[in-house]
Amino acid sequence: MATWPFGGVVETAERVGRGEVSAEEVARASLSAIEAENGELGAYVAVAGEAMLREARELDRRRARGEALGPLAGVPVGIKDALCTRGLPTTCASRVLGAGTARPWSPPYDATVVARLRAAGALVAGKCNMDEFAMGSSTETGAYGPARHPLDRARTAGGSSGGSAVSVAAAMTPAALGSDTGGSIRQPASFTGVVGVKPTYGRVSRYGLVAFASSLDQVGPFASDVRGAARVLGAIAGHDALDSTSLDAPVDDYEAACGRGVEGLRVGVPEEYFPAELAAEVAGPVRAALASLERAGARLCPIKLPFTRHAVAAYYIIAPAEASSNLARFDGVRYGLREPGRDLASLYGATRARGFGLEVRRRIMIGTYALSAGYYDAYYLKAQKVRTLIRRDFEAAFREVDLIAAPTAPTVAFRLGEKLDDPLTMYLNDVFTLPASLAGIAALSVPAGRAGGEAPLPVGLQLMAPPLGEATLFRAAGACEAAARAVAS
Amino acid sequence: MTHASETAPASAAAPLTRDEVAHVARLARLGLDDDELGRLTAELGMILSYVRQLDEVDTEGVEPTTSLFVPGAPLREDGARAGLDRDEVLGQAPRPLEGGFGVPGFVEG
Repeated sequence: MATWPFGGVVETAERVGRGEVSAEEVARASLSAIEAENGELGAYVAVAGEAMLREARELDRRRARGEALGPLAGVPVGIKDALCTRGLPTTCASRVLGAGTARPWSPPYDATVVARLRAAGALVAGKCNMDEFAMGSSTETGAYGPARHPLDRARTAGGSSGGSAVSVAAAMTPAALGSDTGGSIRQPASFTGVVGVKPTYGRVSRYGLVAFASSLDQVGPFASDVRGAARVLGAIAGHDALDSTSLDAPVDDYEAACGRGVEGLRVGVPEEYFPAELAAEVAGPVRAALASLERAGARLCPIKLPFTRHAVAAYYIIAPAEASSNLARFDGVRYGLREPGRDLASLYGATRARGFGLEVRRRIMIGTYALSAGYYDAYYLKAQKVRTLIRRDFEAAFREVDLIAAPTAPTVAFRLGEKLDDPLTMYLNDVFTLPASLAGIAALSVPAGRAGGEAPLPVGLQLMAPPLGEATLFRAAGACEAAARAVAS
Repeated sequence: MTHASETAPASAAAPLTRDEVAHVARLARLGLDDDELGRLTAELGMILSYVRQLDEVDTEGVEPTTSLFVPGAPLREDGARAGLDRDEVLGQAPRPLEGGFGVPGFVEG
């Protein structure tokens, strides 16, 4: 696979900061990698192009004047198409926001995370492909067609933030932003062999993230290495007055944590994440990564998270219920697509039937049903109570251990189209990422190696920590990465 | 995997009727055609049969998680701040009309 020519995020920013390479040169490298590969891989649905070069030249002028450029100086970053970007289309890969038309929605403001990236010196490379409204696990339900796995184009890169993962895996950018509602950063990171972080619920502002399921959504970084992910998270994390759910807690030094090691850390290994039928090609690399943590000084402790088995059912009530409410705003009046109607109700009905794709319609229907009179208690309220039990599982576990390690996904990257007509099978692929989402805790996926026959595919190790425990995640992820590099060299 | 599809109750084979699906589609303002109503009746039935496994979980006395309680989520100052530029917002609307959003008439008269 291609490698980014300037090192990782940290090396790129430092070289630009020192003037060893110009931001314009870096931007051009990113744009030519996108131009060369995007037709095949479908990572980007809009490319910043000339606007990115203008921003890069402005950075170079500032450096020439002796100004400090920030911790992400000249680092190109792909932005999931669910995050608002002023001057660049934002469609959530949906026809209802004009995806694939001459007039895609163009937001009048930047999401807070995008504004913070720009303030840190990063360059917005473009908008990354996704499942429509982030509903999917394979980046193939959107209006732009699928994103493809860089190692095998017949396979998915995962989803829903598949375009962001491919941007990093195919070295179009050293970092990207995604959003994770039930695994949409961690699973594509696992499938493509990059680092992906789902921060604690509330750690990162959601202002300007098009809402899917508001009690679960969280923005986070992808990067080609652990320190790069830590640096990007450090730049976007922290309280935002524009998001009342964002936490007013200090942001730890994530980058320093990456090199701190795992001596004495207690790592819980939950038996529910290693069922007898778990694919050997996943279990092998994950167990090897656990052994490397143990050699680095961590103590592995068997634990139980008994309500794991109900996470898929609880999630596929709660997330669609919240989505059916959030997506009510797409009605053909204020933005995007409008289908004509003789009255308001038929205008709404026609716009929404034509504007939303199949999976989004399916989830709106499940959610509307679960919230409707007579069913609310049986489905939605019941799922919220089970969510409490899942949270308690983690609270009990974290009294005994500092973090939890498990596979990120039950499989390696599957074939495009394989699960598309079988929604329940697609949903079950999220089985290992949903519990941390429902509990709101911090989690990430770090590469655990590759497995499987002649063309081995990446496997991710998922690390989970208590709320605001991101620094602990980076300690363990840094140790895994160091061990893998020692083996490789 | 660790899911519990085997525990979905047998009585849930057809948990949803086509009329119910049509009713939900009206609530959701989705103008669906007959083919799609048929397909969704089958698919939603399958999904609901699966999620009904939650019936087996004893949640007696368990509080629902309505939002994640994370201490420290502060209230913002209740002060005025600038909104978005009206012309810029209307420039993105499918049918701007006299400084607002144009819609079909809905007042009988």
